[in-house]
Amino acid sequence: MTVKLTIDGKEVEAKKGTRVIEAAKLAGTDVPFYCYHPGLSIAGNCRMCLVEVEKIPKLQIACHTHVQDGMVVHTNTERVLKTRQHILEFLLINHPVDCPVCDQAGECWLQDYYMRYGLYDSRLNEDKIKKPKATSIGPTVMLDAERCILCSRCVRFCDEISKTSELGIINRGDHSEIAVFPDHELSNPYAGNVVDICPVGALTDKDFRFKIRVWYLKSENTICNGCSRGCNIQVQYNLDRPHHSRGERVKRLKPRFNERINKWWMCDEGRYGYKYHDHNRTTAPLLRLAADIHEVSWDEAYGQVATWMRHSGYDVGVFLSPQMSNEELYLAKRLYVDQLGIKDVFLLSPNADGFEDDLLIRADKNPNSRGAEELGFKYDGGRLKDFCSRAAQGKVKGLIAFGQDLQALLEGAGIQAALDKLEWTLFIGSNHNLMSESSSLVLPAATYVEKEGTFTNFEGIVQKFNKVLEPLSESLPEWLILVNLSRTLNLPLRFESAGEIFGALAADYKLFEGLNYEKLESDPATVEVMSAPTIPDLEQQSALIFRQEPSC
Amino acid sequence: MEKLISRYFRPGHTYWMADYERDEGYEQARAVFDKYDAKSLIDEVKKANLRGLGGAGFPAGVKWSFVPQDTGKPVYLVVNADEGEPGTFKDKYIIRHVPHLLLEGIIIAAYANNVHKAYIYIRGEYVQPYLILKKALEEAYAKGYLGRNIFGKGYDLEVVIHRGAGAYICGEETGLLESLEGKQGKPRLKPPFPAVVGLFGCPTVINNVETLSYLPFILRRGAEWFADLGSEKNGGMRLFSVSGHVEKPGVYELPMGVPLSEIIYTHAGGIRGGRELKAVVPGGLSAAILRADEIGVGMDFDQLRALGTMAGSAGVIVMDNTTCMVTALMVTMRFYAHESCGQCSPCREGTGWVYRILKRICEGHGRAADIDNMADICSFMGGTTICALADGAAMPLRSYPQKFRPEFEAFIEKRRTEIETDGSGELSHGLPKRGTQARAIL
Repeated sequence: MTVKLTIDGKEVEAKKGTRVIEAAKLAGTDVPFYCYHPGLSIAGNCRMCLVEVEKIPKLQIACHTHVQDGMVVHTNTERVLKTRQHILEFLLINHPVDCPVCDQAGECWLQDYYMRYGLYDSRLNEDKIKKPKATSIGPTVMLDAERCILCSRCVRFCDEISKTSELGIINRGDHSEIAVFPDHELSNPYAGNVVDICPVGALTDKDFRFKIRVWYLKSENTICNGCSRGCNIQVQYNLDRPHHSRGERVKRLKPRFNERINKWWMCDEGRYGYKYHDHNRTTAPLLRLAADIHEVSWDEAYGQVATWMRHSGYDVGVFLSPQMSNEELYLAKRLYVDQLGIKDVFLLSPNADGFEDDLLIRADKNPNSRGAEELGFKYDGGRLKDFCSRAAQGKVKGLIAFGQDLQALLEGAGIQAALDKLEWTLFIGSNHNLMSESSSLVLPAATYVEKEGTFTNFEGIVQKFNKVLEPLSESLPEWLILVNLSRTLNLPLRFESAGEIFGALAADYKLFEGLNYEKLESDPATVEVMSAPTIPDLEQQSALIFRQEPSC
Repeated sequence: MEKLISRYFRPGHTYWMADYERDEGYEQARAVFDKYDAKSLIDEVKKANLRGLGGAGFPAGVKWSFVPQDTGKPVYLVVNADEGEPGTFKDKYIIRHVPHLLLEGIIIAAYANNVHKAYIYIRGEYVQPYLILKKALEEAYAKGYLGRNIFGKGYDLEVVIHRGAGAYICGEETGLLESLEGKQGKPRLKPPFPAVVGLFGCPTVINNVETLSYLPFILRRGAEWFADLGSEKNGGMRLFSVSGHVEKPGVYELPMGVPLSEIIYTHAGGIRGGRELKAVVPGGLSAAILRADEIGVGMDFDQLRALGTMAGSAGVIVMDNTTCMVTALMVTMRFYAHESCGQCSPCREGTGWVYRILKRICEGHGRAADIDNMADICSFMGGTTICALADGAAMPLRSYPQKFRPEFEAFIEKRRTEIETDGSGELSHGLPKRGTQARAIL
């Protein structure tokens, strides 16, 4: 059911139950607010969204007023603007105005609204109320109570979303302040979100504090790869100021609204799991022959791999990873399974299963396990053990690992004995680990923020992730490494971009049929959930999904 | 003049069960089950023009008719005995002298609204009234007037007393509900109104002690008789708490619409020591102040509203010509700044700001612009918040400087030190010594 109402002279139609603050957007009007958040209950305490509703003598808060048929709303009258200005004045009289040393400066709603609706001269001759500054309220969050406007968004988040209720408002009147309950700290798995929803500089992120001024940040939309949920995020980075935070490019991640997947939120595990983009990276192809380790060119590296593969009679093990995109898994399948006929293709998660909850966090810490499943890979721990023992008997010549730390992951399956017998090992990955330290050849791969592609989340929603940064140093996306390798092996897979690969994938697999790569970003598609993969040729190939089990 | 509630106000005496029953006590509560059904009872109260005597003045019968009876949820009755409005002490008198009158009123109101559980939220500072009320409650339970099958009429009614912890805002009905539910006393957004979504999410009737205490009289003598006692649309009588610079401060029960001058000069004995009247707050601290030339006004909800002030809780605070209006306002604003719950920005920041401005003025550092600044701040505090506390603060804040502007200007100009030494003896300017002038005002 919809109702018709007039906002600032424009007639709009809104669903019954819509709040005026939302309906105003339909009329192209922005009503300013602090305490309102579409994902939280209505507090109605900041009073910033007061608007004029005809036939009601008092101004009404747009966040609590529901639309009604024939309602006439004015959001920009003299009276509304004057009130707004004074509400801002109230909010600022006890505010320390320490913008020069405040981390929020540049993305502070007090600053923004002051410039838009305030612009008054101060008439405060009184001392400001003093409250605690720079207090740690948890492992990730700092509180400055003086900057707080008591909108209670963070309190409501902890009550309603994380359901952990660590925060409350203590004291009364202008001595009110946000505080954690005694002997508690703000340490829930979603604590970082309170920083996002804090409209002012009261809650700041310990990880981000003083790293860089926010106006130096650039931002690109992408998908979190921290678990199989696929939360929509922004990567915020800086390339121009390498003197800030030791040249790290990625400064922070922020959640991005997606109604179906993560709403407005993301977990701390994902939020702070970006460090590897700028640390401990593989930077150039590295050839390790006996005691001799040296960098080689990409061409030399591809040549070396082709030689090894041919010499081995393609009797090698390939460990694909659910961290790889649909496109890369598809290419790997085409190359290793279809063209080279390699039997021992495994899918091995580089991460152990972890914590899981009902909100966002999934135990499977890989972004594309479902995609791998849809491409036909199945889990078979028995086959993997069998492979290890065959390799230990010297029946396998080489091994290719896509980023996995095999020594750590397959200790129980007897991998070390197998590795000792192999003639060569190839490591394709973005970050160093035990495996890269001992592999015959290391090919530096781009991290997922340095390439594009698609992930299929655990619900079967296919989402595109975007290239945010150029690959570090000489590293390349895995799909490009696979394309180049196929060319060296004279089995060319002729693709120029991830989008092109997706086109081929969509043509080959019914599950991806009709999906448009370009449109995926704005409209993540759902692949029909199917009980089991039904691709006949793959069933015969018996490639496996192997997800690390704690016992293995 | 006839006395209703106040006829029980015998100094030092409490009408316990035996006393009260000897004086027609509980007869109306016993009879109500046979004489009325819920609808006819509500109609009777509507006819009596009984207004909400806690301060808002909303017609009690109309309020009851808003309570939905078809939600499948219980309906609660909450008795507001928080009586926090400075200058008001009538409910304390009722509970102290005749607690059973309140309990009888509760039974009648409960029956009208199909209520089986009632809560009395009593002000935390009221220790003695609480103990008296508790004992009366025990008496009523022992007699079978409360509990299961009361008066043998097949009706159950439990009454629970809950003590507040001293916050003014817990007298605001939704703040009270929050507090009763065990939360911080922070008023709720409306709608939904408590009649529909109140205590524990259920429909709830909230009435003041005095409102309920008039119900037995209405049933005994008839709605029309009660309505005729008062003025137009303001039925019956009410208890005026008179404090301040009068010869005989106390609680006076007078008909609605009685002239303010009559309260002060006829009943309260006039101004103490034969001094001159300077100002009167007619309805509790939150009402706009009146000058001495305005006391001809009839004390009912409508006439006082027409004069730009309000009947409120009928707390009449009288100030004689030794009162410094600047200091009085400072003390008043200190109260609101202290009691603001801190939810809404205009109230949280505004009350404190204004108090600090007034404090600065009283300390001798006032500026000429302060008066207009306060008026401006005031106009954005009122009407912009969840509850009426900010409106309550805005009323005195607007009216004191408006009606006594020359005094404010003179105070700011002369500065405190000069005023103290000018020897006129008329105005005792300056900060009150705690417990002296402040006590006289509040």
